[in-house]
Amino acid sequence: MMYFSRLKTALVLGACVLGGLLCLPNLMPAPVSWLPWRTIHLGLDLRGGSYLLLEVDMNAVIRERLDSLADAARTGLRRAGIVRFLVTPQPGQNRIAARIDEPDKQDAAAAALRELIAANSQGRGGRADLDLDSLPDGSFTVTLSPVALTERGNAAVQQSIEIVRRRIDETGVVDPQIARQGEARIVVQLPGIEDPGRIKELLGKTARMTFRMVAEDVNPRVAVPPPGVDFLADESIPGSKIAVRRRVDVDGANLTDARAGQNSQTGEWVVNFTFDSVGSRRFADISRASVGHRFAIVLDDKVISAPVIREAITGGRGQISGHFDAKSATDLAVLLRAGALPAPLTVVEERSVGPELGADAIRAGAISLAVGFLLVIVYMGVFYGLFGLFANVALVANLVLLIAVLSLFEATLTLPGMAGILLTLGMAVDANILINERIREEVRNGRSPLNAMETGYRRALATIIDSNATAFLAHVMLFFFGAGPVRGFAVTITVGIATSLFTAVMLARMLMVRWYAANRQQPLPV
Amino acid sequence: MSFRPLLRIVPDGTRIRFMRGRFFGVITSAIVSTASAVLFFYPGLNLGIDFAGGIVMEARTPGPADFGLLRTALAAQGVRESGVQRFGDENSVAVRLGVQPTEAGNQAMVAKVRAALEQAQPGTRVVRTDAVGASVSAELFQKGMLALGISMLMILFYIWFRFEWQFAVGAVVTLLLDVTKAIGFLALTRFEFDLVMIGAILTILGYSTNDKVVVYDRMRENLRKYKTMPLRDLIDLSINETLNRTLGTSMTVFLAALPLALFGGATLSGFAWVMLFGIVVGTASSIYIAAPILLFLGENRLRRDAAAPGKPPAA
Repeated sequence: MMYFSRLKTALVLGACVLGGLLCLPNLMPAPVSWLPWRTIHLGLDLRGGSYLLLEVDMNAVIRERLDSLADAARTGLRRAGIVRFLVTPQPGQNRIAARIDEPDKQDAAAAALRELIAANSQGRGGRADLDLDSLPDGSFTVTLSPVALTERGNAAVQQSIEIVRRRIDETGVVDPQIARQGEARIVVQLPGIEDPGRIKELLGKTARMTFRMVAEDVNPRVAVPPPGVDFLADESIPGSKIAVRRRVDVDGANLTDARAGQNSQTGEWVVNFTFDSVGSRRFADISRASVGHRFAIVLDDKVISAPVIREAITGGRGQISGHFDAKSATDLAVLLRAGALPAPLTVVEERSVGPELGADAIRAGAISLAVGFLLVIVYMGVFYGLFGLFANVALVANLVLLIAVLSLFEATLTLPGMAGILLTLGMAVDANILINERIREEVRNGRSPLNAMETGYRRALATIIDSNATAFLAHVMLFFFGAGPVRGFAVTITVGIATSLFTAVMLARMLMVRWYAANRQQPLPV
Repeated sequence: MSFRPLLRIVPDGTRIRFMRGRFFGVITSAIVSTASAVLFFYPGLNLGIDFAGGIVMEARTPGPADFGLLRTALAAQGVRESGVQRFGDENSVAVRLGVQPTEAGNQAMVAKVRAALEQAQPGTRVVRTDAVGASVSAELFQKGMLALGISMLMILFYIWFRFEWQFAVGAVVTLLLDVTKAIGFLALTRFEFDLVMIGAILTILGYSTNDKVVVYDRMRENLRKYKTMPLRDLIDLSINETLNRTLGTSMTVFLAALPLALFGGATLSGFAWVMLFGIVVGTASSIYIAAPILLFLGENRLRRDAAAPGKPPAA
């Protein structure tokens, strides 16, 4: 145990040198591009930026799914020759209910619904997404299975992430990070953004755009809209409503481009858009058939404008005008280009830090780190003499290795993370203290220097491992259950515990052994 | 030449009869922990935004902040007067609001407060915004508590696995007493209890366990070495033998945490003060709580278990 071969010495020193090299990327840019140049990332609390936690409205996802299912069920029942029925979505129970008011058509209805289920379970290995049941009162229910619900939710979150990414990319934020968290949440990190107001505004809109016909024969002032018609708020006249057919003629998903611009005649801000081939064809058909009638451009259940069709629009191009200014026209163009969110997003957590506050935090962390490091080093020198100095060398190596490992994993350093580094350093010397105290005891028990060092190390080692294991476990838990900057704390502490075992036990021992080999005659300085 | 230690914390051969003070130690600890438990319920912890939800915004005004103006402007948004306070230097203002009934309301409030601040004293910049909704804060709280609970359990199992069960019980009871005191300290000082504080408490737990493990290790070793020594003397001997190490390590961790408390800024200073408190409590409890518990649990059982075959050798 007290013998260090040249190879072992070389390995220990090599590890330290390698650690030093791995720290370099944090200090300078890569000299050549092919070198793996990994650095520690600064957390948003240190570099300034905005962290947003978004939640996908899963209820809306389910509601929408049930609405379309109800539509499909109505079509299916009608096709089966049933006239008197009532289909209602029941979002609370994740199902739709169908009441058939023609007693002799019950079997036909069941068959139609079974067909609907089969059509919705294609390509899934026969696993049913939907379950058909009949209630005691003779009505049927079609329930979404839990698997289908999860899948639908997953798809909605994935799609939302994609749209969120596109919308944020449009704003020119550098290096945004967008990731899923848990079942229904999305984390968005925006470095350098101190006021995420505009981005929150962009993300706060579903931006589902539809082109539908205005129901010109319906008076929007009656209490209940007739079937197939919605009363939607008219943006151009605040407080008024407009009757719009529920049927969507062209969907915003058929847009290929949208740009803000100014109308050359009026100077008014407008959004110019282009349809894809499907959209162009449909829009041409509709406009040709409805010259002289009004159609509505509906964005998130609000009518932006409802112009009268003057002639067939065949080029697949169009223009939306409606009380825009430069900003709202640009925002709408961005939203239309990026596409609609499958469900509304809500910001459930926001943490934004200005860059100067981050700089303050770095300064506070660095000063604490420097002072704390110095205090520990002086203490070890004063109370443990030469072996204390060895411990200090190990401590510096520990800091280097800790930074090296964090760089290698491209870990994120936060302010609590800096506190973690400092505490690790304070605790790392514990191993050296244990060893030194033990060696001292063994010397007093009358052992020879070599024997004392040997025994001291051996006996202290088990204690060191025991005492570090518990701290290690506690911080691994913190990493798994914590969130935000405090995870940075857990990371630095756990990595620091691991590296300190190496430096305190291997490096400090090697120094001690080398020193002893050169100074055999002296009593141990303990 | 050789560079010998200049100072020792306690001289070699120190034999303090700690176990004489065991009743005093345990009773003092019980009283402090009970008081802490009372403080936990009244006045209770000052839950930070992580756990309570709500909004905290920090703004920098171009000149000295005009609090009259700012408070009036913010009162129109429903911010209480006490929610607008100086934060550090005279140009800095902190605005605090409770959690709003809905998530959207929380976000709308952030926008309103920002606008009101920028309007009341033109040139004011909001440099920090923390807004946590009710659902997230409830989750963070649950997860934080879960991290604490599971860590405690893992420590219990680890010590149980490595030592005899008496040691595990002794360590965990001591840890519980340590943690309650740290919570009492938090309630008393009104430091905000947030995720970073959970980090502090976990670090205290880890550190304190570490301390107990070292003393227990020595006791186990001595139980085998001195087969006939009365347990009381044996515990005293073990504590004295490890005293330099116990105090030494406490010193280094203390010295590392001290600058954080003094220069660490608003985020870290509360964390560091709790750490410092925990280090002192943890050191004291290693000597006066963890050891006497073993004495109460009984000599016979300890000796029988320690002598039983199949246990790992003493370190």
